[in-house]
Amino acid sequence: MKIIVPVKRVVDFNVKVRVKTDQTGVETANVKMSLNPFCEIAVEEALRLKEAGKAEEVIVVSIGGDKTDETIRQGLAMGADRGIFVKTDEKLEPLAIAKILKHVTETEGAQLVMTGKQTIDGDNNQTGQMLAALLGWPQGTFASKVELGSDSVNVTREVDGGLETLELKLPAVVTTDLRLNEPRYASLPNIMKAKKKTIDVIELASLGLDTAAKLSIVKVSEPPKRAGGIKVANVDELIDKLRNEAKVI
Amino acid sequence: MSILVIAEHNQKELAPPTLNTITAATKIGDDVHVLVAGSGCDAVAAQASKINGVAKVLHADDAAYTHTLAENFASLIAANTDGYSHVLAPASFFGKNVLPRAAALKDAQQISDVTDIESADTFVHPIYAGNALETVKSNQAIHFLTIRPTAFDAAAAEGGSGTVEKISTTGDSGLSKFVKEELTVSERPELGTAKVVISGGRALGSAENFSIIDALADKLGAAVGASRAAVDAGYVPNDYQVGQTGKVVAPDLYIAIGISGAIQHLAGMKDSKVIVAINKDEEAPIFQIADYGLVADLFNVVPELTAKL
Ligand SMILES: Cc1cc2nc3c(=O)[nH]c(=O)nc-3n(C[C@H](O)[C@H](O)[C@H](O)COP(=O)(O)OP(=O)(O)OC[C@H]3O[C@@H](n4cnc5c(N)ncnc54)[C@H](O)[C@@H]3O)c2cc1C
Ligand SMILES: Nc1ncnc2c1ncn2[C@@H]1O[C@H](COP(=O)(O)O)[C@@H](O)[C@H]1O
Repeated sequence: MKIIVPVKRVVDFNVKVRVKTDQTGVETANVKMSLNPFCEIAVEEALRLKEAGKAEEVIVVSIGGDKTDETIRQGLAMGADRGIFVKTDEKLEPLAIAKILKHVTETEGAQLVMTGKQTIDGDNNQTGQMLAALLGWPQGTFASKVELGSDSVNVTREVDGGLETLELKLPAVVTTDLRLNEPRYASLPNIMKAKKKTIDVIELASLGLDTAAKLSIVKVSEPPKRAGGIKVANVDELIDKLRNEAKVI
Repeated sequence: MSILVIAEHNQKELAPPTLNTITAATKIGDDVHVLVAGSGCDAVAAQASKINGVAKVLHADDAAYTHTLAENFASLIAANTDGYSHVLAPASFFGKNVLPRAAALKDAQQISDVTDIESADTFVHPIYAGNALETVKSNQAIHFLTIRPTAFDAAAAEGGSGTVEKISTTGDSGLSKFVKEELTVSERPELGTAKVVISGGRALGSAENFSIIDALADKLGAAVGASRAAVDAGYVPNDYQVGQTGKVVAPDLYIAIGISGAIQHLAGMKDSKVIVAINKDEEAPIFQIADYGLVADLFNVVPELTAKL
């Protein structure tokens, strides 16, 4: 079985982004970029399935601009077998990403796609669900446990009230949540090995897909700032403030 | 302009975020319909028809909707969008699971976590863990939106007199099956709608120590939340997580105890009315957004606070 893991290059989770003064977006120049944490969890899970003998090949796919191959290389350094880089300078919406991923998944004949539940830049939480819809496959979103069988996969999901387990017929799409696993660090030898692994580069335009934007960005603005508060000296003062000033208890 | 709201419910009653989503819908237009898909849930359909602002309820009754299987829900939604300009669902784990799938079936690009409606086609939503707000114009015939419940008031549960119309169902996809669920049992108010939320972080150190948080919560009739670190460490169940990738809350009072205030946590609580932080590190980032900060060891001051209330 082949597993496809779509990954995205995003601003590192530790960076507090700044909105550009012209309100066209956030500042990404000279900002640390990383593999989206949920995608890292997806790579890890796919590798564990392969190591358990349940999959033959793990393919990391990313769609994006120039340095996207660095992100793919990170997945390869963790242990993925090869990469596919769909190149475009356009900022694509999740539906467009899903259309491209559908094409790649079908071309590769993969049985399982493991996406992150969410990118931490757009916070969309859509691509996996959309890909599943376009492929006509079942979806197991927000996975905290994945048990792969030969013709089905059981996915335990984080839901509003706790956990839910579903049985999905293969082929399927799974999206990963935080507690699915703890991703490994790439070891130095593996980073060296990853340099020799293949990354196929595909120009988006060559695929002939309709990936035109359906939304236009009017502006990106700063959220309202909270006015700073005060420090209280002790519990009595805190109770007094909450009762008599804030009037919330 | 007609707007379709996808109801979230447990077959017995509507989940509260449905009411906030209906309010968002009424800001777009006044012909608001609610889709209630379930199995033997006539009571929920009736409840939805009484909500202020609801003109009509579409009721799909089929065993395929006993659980919220995304495949079945998305097909049903996609089959019923004719005549609607907007399809809305709460940005809960339910809506996040189901609505993007339905949108893709209609070749539509969804807008996630909408916090403000500027016009019928222009919407505001947070990106980058709420560190930026993006205003987008949707150039589509039909707009799919998930609505952040804390950004809109709940619609009044009474006052409406919508009609209930049974619709035909799209059945079971055969692609997925419910196996089991492990729901967190709690007598406390629901995290998403509680007036007071007490959250604990990594500093609690163990599941046993978390009872310090529980005791304070019980005293205040509060819901209990947690940071990711506390959930990852197994002190509390996953559905307690507040933040960018957990639940978003905006209570009247939020007390963060032993939580440092990472941006991912702030994303889930910074719209609370009053924020209190208790942390022994006076440099902790949480103090930057707290109205009242108490620099102290939680193991001393939280029991004292509970005792004195
Ligand atoms: C992709 C991604 C998504 C994430 N999503 C979320 C999310 O949704 N929600 C979330 O919360 N986090 C999320 N995180 C994690 C986030 O970055 C932080 O790691 C996490 O919030 C830290 O939790 P904490 O504040 O409990 O722990 P810490 O950061 O370790 O803070 C513990 C605090 O307790 C204080 N303390 C210690 N002992 C005491 C004591 N005795 N008395 C008083 N204070 C004490 C310390 O001074 C410290 O400030 C996410 C991270 C990533 C990468
Ligand atoms: N540009 C991209 N290239 C490859 N995969 C992507 C891309 N954007 C999103 N994804 C996948 O879709 C998941 C969810 O993204 P989103 O819907 O944007 O929150 C991510 O975790 C990735 O697995």
